[in-house]
Amino acid sequence: MTSSAAQSFINVGERTNVTGSAKFRKLIEANDYSAALAVARQQVEAGAMVLDVNMDEGLLDSEKAMATFLNLIASEPDISRVPIMIDSSKWSVIEAGLKCVQGKPIVNSISMKEGEEAFLEHARKVQRYGAAVVVMAFDEQGQADTIERKVSICERAYKLLTEKIGFAPEDIIFDPNIFAVATGIEEHNGYGIAFIEATRQIKEKMPLVHISGGVSNLSFAFRGNEPVREAMHSVFLYHAIQAGMDMGIVNAGQLALYDDIPAELRELSEDVILNRRPDATDRLLEAAPRFKGDGSGAKAKEKDLTWREGSVEDRLTHSLVHGITDFIEADTEEARQKLPKPLQVIEGPLMAGMSVVGDLFGAGKMFLPQVVKSARVMKQAVAYLQPYLEEEKRLSGVDQMPAAGKVVMATVKGDVHDIGKNIVGVVLQCNNYEVIDLGVMVPAAKILETAKREKADIIGLSGLITPSLDEMCFVAAEMEREGFAVPLLIGGATTSRVHTAVKISPNYHNGQAIYVLDASRAVGVVSNLLSETESKPYVDGIKAEYVKVREAHLANEAKKQRITLAAARANKVKIDWSSYVPPKPSFLGTRTFKNFDLGSLVPYIDWTPFFQTWELTGRYPAILDDNKVGVEARKLFADAKVLLDRIVAGKWLTANGIVGFWPANSEGDDIALFADETRSKERAKLFTLRQQIARDPSRDRAHIALADFVAPKETKLADYVGAFAVTTGIGEEAALSEHFKATDDYGRILMKALADRLAEAFAEALHAKVRRELWGYASAEKLTNDELILEKYQGIRPAPGYPAQPDHTEKATIWDLMNVEAETGIQLTESYAMWPGAAVSGLYFSHPESQYFGVGKVERDQVEDYARRKGWDVSEAERWLAPVLNYDAVSARNNAA
Amino acid sequence: MKKIESWKALEKAASERILIIDGAMGTMIQRHTLDEAGYRGERFKDWTRDIKGNNDLLVLTQPAIIQDIHEQYLAAGADIIETNTFNAQRISMADYGMEDLSYEINVEAAKLARAAADKYNKLTPEKQRFVAGAVGPTNRTASISPDVNNPGFRNVSFDELRDAYKEQVKALIAGGSDIILIETIFDTLNAKAAGLATLEVFDEVGVTLPVMISGTITDRSGRTLSGQTPEAFWYSMRHLRPFSIGLNCALGADLMRPYLAELSHVADVRISAYPNAGLPNAMGGYDETPDDMACATEPWAADGLINIIGGCCGSTPDHIQHIAEHVAKHKPRSIPEIAPKMRLSGLEPFVHG
Repeated sequence: MTSSAAQSFINVGERTNVTGSAKFRKLIEANDYSAALAVARQQVEAGAMVLDVNMDEGLLDSEKAMATFLNLIASEPDISRVPIMIDSSKWSVIEAGLKCVQGKPIVNSISMKEGEEAFLEHARKVQRYGAAVVVMAFDEQGQADTIERKVSICERAYKLLTEKIGFAPEDIIFDPNIFAVATGIEEHNGYGIAFIEATRQIKEKMPLVHISGGVSNLSFAFRGNEPVREAMHSVFLYHAIQAGMDMGIVNAGQLALYDDIPAELRELSEDVILNRRPDATDRLLEAAPRFKGDGSGAKAKEKDLTWREGSVEDRLTHSLVHGITDFIEADTEEARQKLPKPLQVIEGPLMAGMSVVGDLFGAGKMFLPQVVKSARVMKQAVAYLQPYLEEEKRLSGVDQMPAAGKVVMATVKGDVHDIGKNIVGVVLQCNNYEVIDLGVMVPAAKILETAKREKADIIGLSGLITPSLDEMCFVAAEMEREGFAVPLLIGGATTSRVHTAVKISPNYHNGQAIYVLDASRAVGVVSNLLSETESKPYVDGIKAEYVKVREAHLANEAKKQRITLAAARANKVKIDWSSYVPPKPSFLGTRTFKNFDLGSLVPYIDWTPFFQTWELTGRYPAILDDNKVGVEARKLFADAKVLLDRIVAGKWLTANGIVGFWPANSEGDDIALFADETRSKERAKLFTLRQQIARDPSRDRAHIALADFVAPKETKLADYVGAFAVTTGIGEEAALSEHFKATDDYGRILMKALADRLAEAFAEALHAKVRRELWGYASAEKLTNDELILEKYQGIRPAPGYPAQPDHTEKATIWDLMNVEAETGIQLTESYAMWPGAAVSGLYFSHPESQYFGVGKVERDQVEDYARRKGWDVSEAERWLAPVLNYDAVSARNNAA
Repeated sequence: MKKIESWKALEKAASERILIIDGAMGTMIQRHTLDEAGYRGERFKDWTRDIKGNNDLLVLTQPAIIQDIHEQYLAAGADIIETNTFNAQRISMADYGMEDLSYEINVEAAKLARAAADKYNKLTPEKQRFVAGAVGPTNRTASISPDVNNPGFRNVSFDELRDAYKEQVKALIAGGSDIILIETIFDTLNAKAAGLATLEVFDEVGVTLPVMISGTITDRSGRTLSGQTPEAFWYSMRHLRPFSIGLNCALGADLMRPYLAELSHVADVRISAYPNAGLPNAMGGYDETPDDMACATEPWAADGLINIIGGCCGSTPDHIQHIAEHVAKHKPRSIPEIAPKMRLSGLEPFVHG
């Protein structure tokens, strides 16, 4: 059960050590802890099992630096998952570190240098703070250099620790001192073999203890010749590990494999380390230059830094695009000195860089996770400029800092979909904007009231289902009425630039409504809108653009020819009913599925739309090997699978569904459902819409309505229609609050996206069950998941509100027929969105010729006819069918009046 | 280390049966629906801040209520009762401006529990009862920044925690506790400070008591709030050589089991568990009935996972009685031998050797 495997050799990451790494020392001296953390992260990612942290530098406040760095590491789960080695020669620094670590760390080190009393006092404290300890082979006389001294000092320390204070032997790590060999001084020649032999003897006498050492000391004489140093380290470790050394402070990433070392170099190194011949040092010194080579022997991957040669503007852009924080402050400083005002650094090169990010993202050359990283770089640059901006403000008395804008966002009333909105919120927050997210199903009044109270700079609306478009128009009109002038951003799957320009924008003259394509655009749009200098030209540009969009739209509308409803009906789908025997479902009425097994839905998941949610485009599984997005897609997919396993194993979501079948016959464009097989009593009527697009008559294609797929009444055939509603969203809210921190946007969005996928999978799984068993007309069907996704099955399951039946209100009939809310817990909002959002509903048609299609735009004659059939007045029909009207309902009415 | 008499009795009892620890104090206090005046009593009627909700203060202002709750749990079969001191150290008490009362509250709380336990020790001398001085997590975290924009910031230091805990532990011992119980640990660094404080107090007063440790896995991530897995948490606390390690609060019995099993597998000391009575419902109440909870926890006993069992939020004497009845027929978990290896931890465990 234990999650940890015993490790045979511990690599201790050595780069977060100011005495061992000049780079790290400089970062700490410069107080650049974010870059210092990056070093720690890189160590753990490269395989360090324990992280050594050392702040012993004369000019540093080492206690403070230790505490600061360890506190920061505690906030980075990727780093703090491994144990820490608190490394200092000063006890006070060690104790400062021990007070910051919740795990069980290693103290490195204590020794008997100052006598037994101090040694035991420190050891007792180590014990009480709960740590393992490295004990140096060091006593009152000094560091042990011979085998005998190394062994005897360790034995003495062992006795004191285990007998006097009961220190656990397995928590003792001896460091018998690795000293430099091949220095030219004869006494040094035996240092390598002395360590190895001492290790063997210590492990024999005290088998539970561990042996460690700082390996890089060994090759000190060969500074500058990395291949030779690496070879020496490898050879040394090869022998020392065999002798019992089980821990080492080494740069694991740079260690050559023993067998990979050129034979000659290996032998020369071995001669030196094992002190096998008197001339060993001379021979290695002589041969060393030949192995130095061009440095290619070194495993260190030199990063390509040629981009550093460009102009400061180019370098800033490069850092932003690649999410690199290493140089951002230096480059920002350079730009600051170059430009008259610090603010211009933000508005000039930094914004220019961010718009490159936005463009690359928009063009599909960057991906959402990377944009979040870019945003972080931007944030750091702005933070660097902050003091200068404040100084400017002090001198001029004018606030130089661009007001970090405040955006109020909401999914509009009647709509429950918020994944896209949440992503936009994250990206905006990453860019220093304050985001007030009101959630889903938010009435206009609440949005405006909040915007007023919070003095919002921008309002953002999101929606996925078509009735939301209307609600957005309403919010815009309310903003106008209440005297708002702030920009109104429009986004979400159902929205469009055309709709925003043609329908929303004219409701809001005081301010500007702006369509935002996706998350990548949001930052550019908001920063433009909130820039003192850019805002006006930007808004003027949008206004001009939207005028053109409106004109083009009208011109286009005029071109789009429709045929009359009567003509369309005359060209309906011609099915030969005379030879057709409709299949009969295995039952009539409804059947409810509660707590459907989530695990059985997993194989039905269509992953392609999941990646679309994250703005990664491509078909699954090919997307995983995609040249562009493959890497990001794989990371995302791995995270999704882990979470999916937890969702299924923990039953975080409840899958409820219902299926029903009724005797049915079409009556014109409507479908009558009957209470029973006598077909005398109508139970409900389904209304359908028919295509009216004008096509080239030579193309023999019908003008389809869903009613065409059901046997007409006059055929006297006993045909049937089914309906379904499923959800996997029950428990989603609870799971979100229980398993995800409020700040974990990534996890929360992942969870929601998976719930959506599971709902679709449920619909797919249930449809398969319907075809094979419940309706049973395709009992022999054997399709792979890919074939299912490609809809290669017989029969269809169109959903109201989608292309084959754009009228969302038809869901109400399904709800009434099956008592869906009581049976499954799925509710309908006033806009006929389903709540929970992870839900799918629709109708089942079984006829082999039934197919998915889009109704497209409809003409006024059909709208009037449809209104009459549904018992609506025309304006209500126009409201619900707004997205598919082939005419401007408002101007048509005005003309009529 | 000289063991006091009650420690020996505790070890003996634990070797014979699964011990029962009491249930929720807060849930029982709520039943009295005390108002502000009820909390204040006579002594604090002019206190300048609102103090309703300061449950630990009730040992001074409503001692009869608290002692009665202790006795109800003892009557229900509890072997161990916890002092009403979950928030009684000075860091939490500062919320009410009552930090200078913390010593007094802890002493009085221990005395109340002591009196209740002694009363039952007389009634049923064959079954000795024990008082666990409860040391809670405080309202601050030593390894988590309260400011998301400044991850290196801390609003409490290790030394502040250690000092506050020392005062509390001293008082709990002075009031007559048999055990020190460091519980509801959501940040292990706080608990390490409490552990160090406890050992220092033992040195200073010349008494050593058994220490019980109980962490809190906050959700199905299977981690403490500060991010440790149960096994990593055990390795962080193991140096205290506790009487027991275990889990309490946050989860109901069904969700707690896998983490308890993990601890049971790696810990070579006794295992304790006192879950909530289910997860909070929409009204903030707890739905598991005494029988539900007893049925949910009995398999732990049957499967040999536990040595000590009780209840946390939402549990009542009735729950404890049912649990005690259900586990009575099962043997306590036998303590496994764990190979001596270097067992380190960050957020995750690391075993070497």
